[in-house]
Amino acid sequence: MTNLFDAFTGTANSLSGPLPDPQTDAGWSDAHPKRVGFFTDTSVCIGCKACEVACKEWNLVPDDGTDASDLYRLTGMSYDNTGDLGASSWRHVAFIEDVRPHGTATPAHGGQETGFLPAGLPAVHGGGNGHTPRDAASAPPGPDPAQPGTVDLLALLPDGGAHGQQTPDDERDVRWLMSSDVCKHCTHAGCLDVCPTGALFRTEFGTVVVQDDICNGCGYCVPSCPYGVIDVRESDGGAHKCTLCYDRLGEGLEPACAKACPTNSIQFGDLDELQAAADARLAELHGRGVHEARLYGRDPDDGVGGDGAFFLLLDEPEVYGMPPDPIVTTRDLPEMWRNAALTAVGLGAALVAAFWKGGRR
Amino acid sequence: MTDANTEMPERFGHDRGDDRDRGSGKRRGRKGEQLQVPEADFRSYYGRPIIKAPVWKNPDVPLYLFLGGLAGTSAGLGALGAATGRPTLRRTGRLAAAGGAVGGTAFLVHDLHRPSRFLHMLRVLKPTSPLSVGTWILSPFATFAAATAASEVTGLVRRAGDASGVVAAVIGPALATYTAVLFSNTAVPTWHEAHRELPIVFAGSAAAAGGGMGLVGSSVRDNLPAARLAVGGAAVELVAGEVMERRLGLLGDVYGKGRAGVLMKASKACLAAGAVGAVLGRRRRWSAALSGLALMAGSALTRFGVFDAGIASANDPAHIVVPQRERIRARQATNQVDTAPSDRAFA
Repeated sequence: MTNLFDAFTGTANSLSGPLPDPQTDAGWSDAHPKRVGFFTDTSVCIGCKACEVACKEWNLVPDDGTDASDLYRLTGMSYDNTGDLGASSWRHVAFIEDVRPHGTATPAHGGQETGFLPAGLPAVHGGGNGHTPRDAASAPPGPDPAQPGTVDLLALLPDGGAHGQQTPDDERDVRWLMSSDVCKHCTHAGCLDVCPTGALFRTEFGTVVVQDDICNGCGYCVPSCPYGVIDVRESDGGAHKCTLCYDRLGEGLEPACAKACPTNSIQFGDLDELQAAADARLAELHGRGVHEARLYGRDPDDGVGGDGAFFLLLDEPEVYGMPPDPIVTTRDLPEMWRNAALTAVGLGAALVAAFWKGGRR
Repeated sequence: MTDANTEMPERFGHDRGDDRDRGSGKRRGRKGEQLQVPEADFRSYYGRPIIKAPVWKNPDVPLYLFLGGLAGTSAGLGALGAATGRPTLRRTGRLAAAGGAVGGTAFLVHDLHRPSRFLHMLRVLKPTSPLSVGTWILSPFATFAAATAASEVTGLVRRAGDASGVVAAVIGPALATYTAVLFSNTAVPTWHEAHRELPIVFAGSAAAAGGGMGLVGSSVRDNLPAARLAVGGAAVELVAGEVMERRLGLLGDVYGKGRAGVLMKASKACLAAGAVGAVLGRRRRWSAALSGLALMAGSALTRFGVFDAGIASANDPAHIVVPQRERIRARQATNQVDTAPSDRAFA
């Protein structure tokens, strides 16, 4: 276990910076299992929310709200009615409907007039291929007379199935970005560092888990998370977040969300293998011209020492509701303690000075 | 757990409307907006907050900060008042130290969403958790301050009371300033980025509160040190607060609008009035007491203002995205300078 003095003088990277083995840093013996994590490849996410459901089912996570007058809690902004991660939402699928004038470039393309729709990805184009968009008023095509008894499903689609959907005009391009967000299980976890009871701890798998029987609901972890993940649940007063299915890991099972993901957008495994897979996937996408693809949380040199759960994104992180450059707050803690200690000494001196030559006795 | 059900406080209460307007993704250059600062150019997820605002309860936590500061400096006034033969200042300081510590502890426990598990705070001592360190500062302080006050009131074991009063006085300044670390050591931008100034603001605020209490409770013959401390504290708090708001730049906007803005303005008015009153009116009992009350009110209003500013900051995605984007841009600029051949600069 890292010496406290080393941590606070910066000799050891216990508070920030790259840390190859957070388990040993947290006091586990060298025989601990390898660090595990998630690689969420959002380029193949279809927004089915199976991860959200599987997580709720397995972990017995209750309804996110209790207000009966707002039973369905529709956000009114997109197909996303979960809103954000919280005490009762440990997976959250973000939906971004990216509508832009036809053929405009994004900064991610370096300003080249390539059109902003990434090649090689499921895309939704403006119409203009001669087919009239189908609506409820027009009768669907009947069964193929050549093959009685069968239905050509592709023929049901307006443009023969080239794309799943059409926009109503030629003026706009639309793409859907979908991403299943989750606790990042940071190398330097702010929530864990600030927890005053020791309820949050680093598991032998390198993940960060709340012990519900210890948590006293002080809420300090909530504003200390740079990603806004952990929250206090109103119904029981305890802080809750993704455990990376700690109970399943112990039995050699993969987490429920990864198990349920139908497109393998959520990949679970040893962190080093996931990182290699992610690097390969990124190179593949860049090779196919998807230059806006980028990894998020992959870099061990970033402000949280790299994430245990990292992502492949197709736009800037803030578009998905994630901070572009998070830094664990405890990086600055040694300086804060120093400032506060010096100020306390100054306050004591001021008290003594207030009595200086004040008469009496 | 009824508290947990009914008192999820504040987090979306106020300033939310502003945030919705400000954080609206790609809605750029809208007209007709009345904003005090230019609308920041940034993207976000439907303008929703990125980090979670604190679930700490209002008024529990701001009152705890105020009482902790009040108790921390009052213990010093009590001990030094005893040492220099100022009986009314001694008595006021000791009672305020005990009352502030016990009251603060009560608010701190009530703030928990599972108050019955308060003692879980004492399972560990974690230097990385200011709340843990604070618990270990508050617990002995409250014990010694309460013992001193008990001795003061009952007149029993006076020498032991004096000794425990000295111990409380030594711990006091730490109790008054650690709360700045408590707030700074979060991801809340307005709190975190103020980690250099916030301890000084809080120390000044504590001195104003403790000195103000001394002015209220002690006789005219004894109250000179309290007046000095209070006026000095108010001056430090006003100056440091102003410096903090300016250095925060974009992040300081939350101190100029909404409820935090009103509270900070009221705080400055109370502190200034109280300080002037303490200088001019220290020698009359009623004006000294009024000045002391104003100084204490100013100190408390600062704590409420800083608390509200943090909530507004956490709910504003611009406070996360804009500074972090700027950080990335600055880092990339530095990297390019670093990687450029050194002679290129002179060519």
